[in-house]
Amino acid sequence: MTKNLIMYTKYVLYYIYINLKFISFLTTRLLTAIPTILGVALLVFLFLHLVPGDPVELMLGDMVPAADREELRRVLGLDLPISVQMANYFGGLLYFDFGTSFFTRRPVLDSLLERLPATLELAVSGLSLALLLAVPLGIFAAKYRDRALDTSAMGFSLIGASIPSFWLGPMLIMFFSLWLGWTPVSGHDGAISLILPTLTLGTALAAILARMIRSSLLEILSEDFIRTARAKGLSENQVLLRHGLRNALLPVLTLLGLQLGSLLGGAVITETIFDWPGVGSLLVESIQKRDIPMVQGCVLLISLIYVAVNTFTDLVYATVDPRIRLAKN
Amino acid sequence: MQKTEYNNWLKIIAAKLTKFIRWYIPWMIIGLWLLAAILGMVLSLNPNAIDLTNILVPPGTNALFGYDDLGRPVLDRLLVGAHTSFLVAIGVISVSVFTGAILGGSAGFIGGWVDLLLMRIIDIFLAFPGILLAIALAGIMGPGIDNLVIALSIVGWVGYARLTRVQVLSLREREHVIAAHALGCSQSRILWLHLLPLTLTPLIVEATFGIAHIVIAEASLSFLGLGVQPPQASWGAMIKDGAGYMLVAPHLVIIPGLAMSLVVFAVNLLGDALRDRLDVRLNVIK
Amino acid sequence: MNAPLLQITDLTTQLGNPKQPSQVVDKINLEIYPGETFALLGESGCGKSMTALSIMRLLPLSGRIIEGCVQFSDVGDLLDLPEKEMRRIRGGQMAMIFQEPQTSLNPVMTVGRQIAEAVELHDVQRKTNSTKRVIELLDAVGIPDPKRRAKEYPHQLSGGMKQRIMIAMALAGKPKLLIADEPTTALDVTIQAQVLQLLKDLQQDTGMAVLLITHDLGVVAETADRLAVMYAGQIVETATSERFFSKPGHPYGRKLLKALPDASKRKQRLAVIPGMVPSLKQKFSNCRFVKRCDVAIAECSSEIPPWVFGSNNQQVRCHIWQSDTNKPLEQSILRNQDSGVLNDSSQDLHESQDFNQDNKDNQVNQGSKTLDQPSNNILLEARDLCVHFPIHKGILQRIIGHVRAVDGLSLNLYPGRTLALVGESGCGKTTAGKAILQLLRPTAGSVRFAGQELTSLSTNKLRPLRSMLQIIFQDPFASMNPRMLVGDIVAEGLIAQGLNNRSTRRAKVLKLLDQVGIASDAIDRYPHEFSGGQRQRICIARALAVEPSLIVCDEPTSALDVSVQAQIINLLKDLQINLDISYLFITHNISVVAYLADEVAVMYLGRIVEQGEVHEILEHPKHPYTKALLSAVPTIDDTGKQRIQLEGDLPSPADPPSGCHFHPRCPEATAACSLKYPDTVILSPTHSVRCEYAKF
Repeated sequence: MTKNLIMYTKYVLYYIYINLKFISFLTTRLLTAIPTILGVALLVFLFLHLVPGDPVELMLGDMVPAADREELRRVLGLDLPISVQMANYFGGLLYFDFGTSFFTRRPVLDSLLERLPATLELAVSGLSLALLLAVPLGIFAAKYRDRALDTSAMGFSLIGASIPSFWLGPMLIMFFSLWLGWTPVSGHDGAISLILPTLTLGTALAAILARMIRSSLLEILSEDFIRTARAKGLSENQVLLRHGLRNALLPVLTLLGLQLGSLLGGAVITETIFDWPGVGSLLVESIQKRDIPMVQGCVLLISLIYVAVNTFTDLVYATVDPRIRLAKN
Repeated sequence: MQKTEYNNWLKIIAAKLTKFIRWYIPWMIIGLWLLAAILGMVLSLNPNAIDLTNILVPPGTNALFGYDDLGRPVLDRLLVGAHTSFLVAIGVISVSVFTGAILGGSAGFIGGWVDLLLMRIIDIFLAFPGILLAIALAGIMGPGIDNLVIALSIVGWVGYARLTRVQVLSLREREHVIAAHALGCSQSRILWLHLLPLTLTPLIVEATFGIAHIVIAEASLSFLGLGVQPPQASWGAMIKDGAGYMLVAPHLVIIPGLAMSLVVFAVNLLGDALRDRLDVRLNVIK
Repeated sequence: MNAPLLQITDLTTQLGNPKQPSQVVDKINLEIYPGETFALLGESGCGKSMTALSIMRLLPLSGRIIEGCVQFSDVGDLLDLPEKEMRRIRGGQMAMIFQEPQTSLNPVMTVGRQIAEAVELHDVQRKTNSTKRVIELLDAVGIPDPKRRAKEYPHQLSGGMKQRIMIAMALAGKPKLLIADEPTTALDVTIQAQVLQLLKDLQQDTGMAVLLITHDLGVVAETADRLAVMYAGQIVETATSERFFSKPGHPYGRKLLKALPDASKRKQRLAVIPGMVPSLKQKFSNCRFVKRCDVAIAECSSEIPPWVFGSNNQQVRCHIWQSDTNKPLEQSILRNQDSGVLNDSSQDLHESQDFNQDNKDNQVNQGSKTLDQPSNNILLEARDLCVHFPIHKGILQRIIGHVRAVDGLSLNLYPGRTLALVGESGCGKTTAGKAILQLLRPTAGSVRFAGQELTSLSTNKLRPLRSMLQIIFQDPFASMNPRMLVGDIVAEGLIAQGLNNRSTRRAKVLKLLDQVGIASDAIDRYPHEFSGGQRQRICIARALAVEPSLIVCDEPTSALDVSVQAQIINLLKDLQINLDISYLFITHNISVVAYLADEVAVMYLGRIVEQGEVHEILEHPKHPYTKALLSAVPTIDDTGKQRIQLEGDLPSPADPPSGCHFHPRCPEATAACSLKYPDTVILSPTHSVRCEYAKF
């Protein structure tokens, strides 16, 4: 009885010890994201302020008298030295002040928050479509490697990855909206308006993901422990699902986080094609209007989402992979 | 026995066909692209000649690909577009790969604070979705082909720097490099003879895929109106201009898009085939 | 004899492109009886693993069984079973363990779960309560604290433990036959001894038969009842273990035994098998070994040799073998041996005649050389050498500890002598080698080479000195730039040391290649065009180019087959005699040490625990670790050998045990051992040991 109790206490202590190590790993990973975020903010600021091109001139044109330009410059705070502008910018960021739009004179954050839900809606549905297509396709291709199914699946996915979204979008509109009349041409109005943008955004990602899952799975299937699993007497499907897939999805998870970058970048174009009221189309509008604080805000927001997602996938990876979770020291 | 013989023949034919599709077709399409790019430069074309009598004329006998909304010949614009995309792709790739390889290679070789600094910078660059940063940069710098190349290069070098660095770091521990140290070879000899040549293979493969990316990126920016400026022709700009006339003149969108997709597809295929041929894994030392 | 458990008839397996297949297993016949250990012996690429995988029907995608019959127990022909039935056999009545325990377990599944999987598949009664059975199995394979271990993941276990887990998994289905494919090749000798003992014990308890696949003659001699020798996809000899090691039949087996280095052969060159295994893509109409055989007669190259049956169930596939009265063979071997030095290999032909003449003269000298004490002119002297690697942690990369890879190592090396640095993996011997050459800067201590202190020299000052100190590595392919021509590789050192004249350089390279027995056309070829042994020769030529007086040999033969190993060792010995080079020979292979070394230093966890003349260490080891290490080495002649079994694994060099590092595993440890690291005890002018209890 006492022996059991001692054993039990030992296990509990060991468990706590392991988890403490894991928690310290988590905090470390979260803390490393902070300098990256600061760096991102700094880089955005520097790029947008140091590159050639005078926003005031672009806003007003050549015909306006110099005094008026100076006045606008003063109102927008562009007459201040760059260091002061930077201090103001970073000071503002501390309490989530992304600045004020040159045009609407509204806080940038308000416009961003207004547009964000639509972008997230699009991104989530695009990602879901991609996963829904890619996971089974990748697994089947790996299982029937080098056979007709594999070759054709990978051929199609290579085609899918080669079609740029700004062409696929118009083609889909032409076919489904103009010829068949099934879907609206553009706009953000109910579930049916989501279909074409989702297809546009999700196809390329699905193609890339399917190829990644296939190659990751094939790599795992050539490992020694797969032979061990077969030697144990497991069926091919059990080997594939129990031993292959779990190992294969780990690297895919990280790559998925990185692919989110192209998804968000693709969102800018998809939103522009379909007049989707998201952050992406806001960015393009602001660029055309030279609304620097707004451009800055859009880039910063999307990058922050990107950093957050990648930190998150890293953490998930660490939680799922015992080699990291229970690493010695 | 007869049956296996027959199966063997089938397999051999299939293998030959696969090789043809995976190796020769991409080269043929890329050759066509190059040819179009050269023709776009040397032929005296009239890509910007506005002819109001030919507005939105579909492809036919007098003009292979028809005319656009301003009556400009689509074929001429397509060739000039090929020229644009080829120049941008080659320019951006050379700048990015060269800068990336030099920076990443020396960081991996020198190590210490140089490496640490470069890694932080790379981390920050990688925290942006690449195309987004390019869009923002091109937008702020103003449209134009040189700004486009600059914007794409600023984003592009990072991946190659990271790849070269990782390669050099793992190669540095390889025994042939240690042997070179033991023989008393100079640092520069080791870097140029024993490290960089071995990082070349994965760089070549990566750069091939990079070309596909850049063709799409150039067209994307032009599509958003941030690339080449009208009236200069670019595939992305052609799609953008044609998008308004999809119902009456679908060829304005279909033709440039098809051309570009073919090029990207061919380059991707080639990258795949190169990766298998050059056996990139040979160079990766665990 | 009772009925065989496994009877293989005419098993033939092909690999690769069906248009031009490799017949990797060619009409194999063998029988395994219940409870026996049957060894399948052969060098790499001879088809032994493919035979095992064919039996299990686990061939890689490109492989297929062409014909044959595998009768197993009361199941019938395994090759006729539908896949579903076969899965019941696999891991059930017939289980398999593999060479690489490190990679053979699923990294993201607990070991308990992985064993439970096998239990649930094959153990009908325990299906519902597999956990208890898993603990029993772990206990049976000698895993301490099995309940906790069952919840751990593979990366938390040592290599030896992982192999035990593999064995536990194999035992789950209560197999009648266990196929062990090089089960201990990736393990250290002391761990190998543990695993082999475990297999032996389990076999006694369960009565299962073991099909042991290995290239290690010593392992076979210690474990097998009967054996078959494989060569180029065929079995060339079957015999009882006893019979094979006393009277091997096939010339191939004879040569293998002769190629094995050991102390008794010190005065002579090792036998080598010239040439390479023939390509298995061809159709054979002769003996496969004929081109490498030094006793071949005319029939050997024109006719396929028949099976010749001898007493004690010995069967040999050879034209000239005559059972028991194999006189003509003996004679022809003797005849060839006199001139055999020349015929050693096709490459060796390039070694000039007088070179070999020198050998014979020098062999006598060498015997006397060990006697005089070369105390005055030390070539290399390392004192208290330390290499500590910091362990970083957290975002600030704080240093939280050190891996003490080398922790106070002292040794002397004299001109023209060989010092063997012996120890198991992770003991720091490779790091020590690199630190001595300043390829890795030591944390503390001094290295004096010919009186010159090296540790304080800058990288640039060191460069001219580098020509004196060279290194050759375990993996000759990795140690050559794959993009460079062999000629450029060998010339590398000449360029580095400032020999800029092209034609002189070329002449020198040709001479060097000739010296190591590589044909001169190699100069315009790439490293991948050569075999492992040839690559190692090229690496030796590269080192020789700068005329070093010391070469650090870091396991130069452990990636090579026995017959090729013999070629390299012969070459190293010749070079030493002719060029008076000193070797620091880093190895874990005791038999190579016995053959080659003048002095031996035994390392354990970063420190030398015992050093002395080779005969002192090998014949009269004093440190308990040395004794255990030597006793763990499987040998062919194991009469009167007492094995000292070591418990547990090598501790981490980041956190070595207090006091004597070895005390937790030492069978002779006392309480005092855990308190203080023992001082050096001098046993003779050459023999010293770091153990208080070492008796004189």
